Formats: sequence, structure tokens, C-alpha cells
Amino acid sequence: MIPAAFEYAAPKTVAEAIALLRGADSGGKILAGGQSLVPMMRFRLAAPNLLIDITRIPELRIFKEESGYLRIGAMVTHGELERSAMVGERYPLLASTARVVADPIVRERGTICGSLVHADPAGDWGAALIAARAQAVVTGPAGERTMPLDDFLVDTFTTALGEDEILTEVRVPTPPALSGGNYQKIERKVGDFATAAVGVQLTLSEQGAVEAVGIGLCAAGPVSLRATAAEGMLIGKVLDDASITAAAAAAATQAEPTADTRGAIDYKRDMVRVLTSRALHAARAAIRA
Amino acid sequence: MSHHIEITVNGTHQALDVEPRLPLVFALREMLDLTGTHVGCDTTSCGACTVLVDGTPVKSCTMFAVQADGCSVETVEGLAAGGELHPLQKAFWENHGLQCGFCTPGMLMTAKALLARNPRPSEVEIRRGISGNLCRCTGYQNIVKAIQQAAAEQSTAAAAGD
Ligand SMILES: Cc1cc2nc3c(=O)[nH]c(=O)nc-3n(C[C@H](O)[C@H](O)[C@H](O)COP(=O)(O)OP(=O)(O)OC[C@H]3O[C@@H](n4cnc5c(N)ncnc54)[C@H](O)[C@@H]3O)c2cc1C
Ligand code: FES
Ligand code: FES
Repeated sequence: MIPAAFEYAAPKTVAEAIALLRGADSGGKILAGGQSLVPMMRFRLAAPNLLIDITRIPELRIFKEESGYLRIGAMVTHGELERSAMVGERYPLLASTARVVADPIVRERGTICGSLVHADPAGDWGAALIAARAQAVVTGPAGERTMPLDDFLVDTFTTALGEDEILTEVRVPTPPALSGGNYQKIERKVGDFATAAVGVQLTLSEQGAVEAVGIGLCAAGPVSLRATAAEGMLIGKVLDDASITAAAAAAATQAEPTADTRGAIDYKRDMVRVLTSRALHAARAAIRA
Repeated sequence: MSHHIEITVNGTHQALDVEPRLPLVFALREMLDLTGTHVGCDTTSCGACTVLVDGTPVKSCTMFAVQADGCSVETVEGLAAGGELHPLQKAFWENHGLQCGFCTPGMLMTAKALLARNPRPSEVEIRRGISGNLCRCTGYQNIVKAIQQAAAEQSTAAAAGD
């Protein structure tokens, strides 16, 4: 279907984009990669009056390490992140996530930030970046505010973003020494959303005990979920088969998957267990001496 | 309200007046008569509509024509320069890389972008690279072979040209 008619604007700065959002009086929508929004408009599930195309705003292309964070600007695509040598070397969690988001053509246009604003609990970045303890940087008429991603992702398709605000950036803490990460996903075919998926970010002490760990669950509830119980029981422990098995079971208990064409609740819950275990093993293996 | 856009399509400058809601694929097919780019699912899933926008593969059913203002667009019609088949087209022909041909224009454009970025891809890299383009006929084996052949020919040609 051709979408309902709308006006189109392509501002050159964030300030202009925010002014356009304000002026549209809640009828405006940001267009980033369009890989979620355009299909929704074509199905007439969304019918904004004004599309504010942010793809021509240079400041939103920021993609670099600075002051202890990797700054991922709103216009950084899944593909750009996937191809980044710096991400491949130092952010194995992000690298292994980018590879399994959608398909290679969708990855060329879809953005990490667009995916977070879309807030689909089956979206991969929510789970991966919760594990990474990322911060959302939101800009509105009053300026910038920063919050943990856990607070940004409020509910299914719902974020903490105000009507005249833009997610300008997501910041991922640069992992310290003895860190590793990994993302594990089961999908029916390339380009499908996850049946189940788990992201892990891990830091060990010199003695081999878990110093910090983040575990994010995808498609395991109304919103990307932090496996708090599993995280809590790993802190201070040596990461061995016994502690991994126990943490994986705790993550599965905390998951609240729903039954759909991708599987039954018991199956999905068990896959959370399996994938948590695999992601913890792989995150440990990704630690470089 | 219609917007005036200027795009370069297969090397030719085009000025168009488009409604913002017009997907790029329909501007190509209906305004420019470039019907080589196909519409399959029309909902971002199949890759049949893949074209290159400034060299990047894009599902043209999921980008509005107005967004392409100032960009260079390449479609399957642009491949055979001077009437001579592009190495990829030739390789698809020789290896039975198509049956009904519906997916082929998108497959060719994706393959072209893949080889531009990675001139000697492994079989796994080819399979991953075309995994956003669905084919109902071939079972993909011959498409992979065709891309391998084109890659080999292009790098031989590049080496000879050095
Ligand atoms: C075939 C297909 C398969 C897919 N498979 C997966 C998958 O396996 N896993 C997965 O995670 N995703 C998947 N996706 C979704 C994909 O990741 C999208 O790229 C992503 O969800 C949206 O990013 P976008 O840049 O395209 O955003 P858009 O579609 O442009 O926007 C999405 C929403 O966010 C808003 N928005 C976007 N950017 C901002 C911003 N910076 N500030 C404020 N609001 C903003 C828009 O107004 C809109 O409401 C798939 C998509 C397709 C078409
Ligand atoms: S027609 Fe565009 S992806 Fe299928
Ligand atoms: S040749 Fe028929 S769909 Fe690919």
C-alpha cells in the first residue's frame, strides 16, 4: 500500500529537527533508516502528518570512542557498526549483535537508535545494550538529558522520549581489561526477529572472579529485560560450568516469553537458558589476555 | 505537496516532481519507465526491489523517492554498459543463476555492491551477503557459483589492467 499523504522535511541540524517536531504538534515523526517506520506506514499502521528525515544531519553521524564511552550517533546504521574494525576488536558483544540484526540490506539503512526508539521487545539492540549498560542521550528543546537504557525502554513500543525529543546518541561504556561479550540469537531464518536471544557483557578480576556482568534478554517479555537475578548470583563467583548453569536457569525463570508462531512458552524459556549459558561461555572466550 | 528532486539514474540526470509518499521503486518504474527493478513483497522482506543509492544497496520499496534527492541511483538497467553484459550478468547466464528471473535484478545489484566492497568473497561471505534477497526458484547454489565466477573474472581483469 502507498502510505497516507504526509509532509516531508529534511533538516540539517538537531535544533531544526526539534523545532519541526514541536511545530507539528504531535503529528510529526522522525524518519531515520525507515526500516520499521516505512513498513508501518505502508501497512497504514502509522500515518504521521509530517516526516522529519534526520538522515542529512551530520552531527548525528558521530561514531567514536571518547571519555570512556563509544558514542553511537542516531544515524549510525547496523551495517556501519558491523563493519567497524574498532567494534570488532573491542566490543565483541556489539559486533556479534550487529551481524544478526535483520538482513544485510536492511542493515545498510536501519539504525541502532531507531531500533531503540521503536522499542520492540523482540528487537536485538535493546537486549544487547542493556547487557552493555548503555546510556541513552536524549535531546529536546530544553537541552540534553542522559539516562540508563533500562529507564529509556519503558514498555512495548514505548520509551521515555518526550514528543519533542530525539534520541541523539547511545553511549556504550568502553570495556575495561579482562572483559568480553557475546550475543546469541535463535531465528527461524535470516531477517526474522528472534525466537529468543541473549546478550552478555562480562568483566573478570585477575583472580578469575566475576567483577561485573550484564545480561539482557530479547523477546522474553513486554520490554527488553535485564536478567537481574542471574547477574546478582554471578558477581564475585568464579565463572565455571556450575555458576554458568545456575545463572542460566535463573535467567530462564525471570523470562516472560509469550507463545506465538515462533514457539511455545516452555520452549522459549528453555532457549533463554541455553542461550544464556552459550553467551556466558562465549563472552568468557572473547576475553583477551 | 509535491517536491522537486534531482537524481542521477544510471548516469543520466533526472528532474522529477514527487509526492513525499511515493516509494523510490515506483518513481523508477512508473515515472522513468525503468521496470527492471521488481516489486515482490512490497514490505521490506524479499529484496527484489534492491537498487544502489550512492553505491549502497537499498530496498527501494522502503525509501521514499524524495529521500533520494541529490543521490546517484543505479538499477539493473545500468549494468550492461554499451550493450555488453556486465560480468555478473554473464556469470548468472552461464551458471543458470536464474530461472523465472524475478529476484535477479535485486540479486545482481546486491552482488555488485558486495563485490565492490569485497572483491574476493568466500562462499560463506557470498551466502551471507545475499541473505536479504529471496529466490523462490534456484535454491541459491547457482547464484553463489555465478557470483564466484564474476568475482574471479573481475579480479583477473583488474590484475591484467595493473
Ligand atoms: C525485514 C526486516 C527484518 C528485521 N529484523 C530485525 C531483527 O532481526 N532484529 C531487530 O532488532 N530489528 C529488525 N528489524 C528492524 C530494524 O532493526 C530497523 O532498522 C530498526 O528497528 C529501526 O531503525 P530505523 O533507523 O530504520 O528507524 P525508523 O524506521 O526510521 O524509525 C523507527 C521509529 O523510531 C523513531 N525514531 C527513529 N530514530 C529516532 C531518533 N533518533 N529519535 C527519535 N525517534 C526516532 C521513528 O519515528 C519511528 O517511530 C527488521 C526490519 C526489517 C524490515
Ligand atoms: S519488494 Fe522491496 S523488499 Fe520486497
Ligand atoms: S529465479 Fe525465480 S525467484 Fe529467483
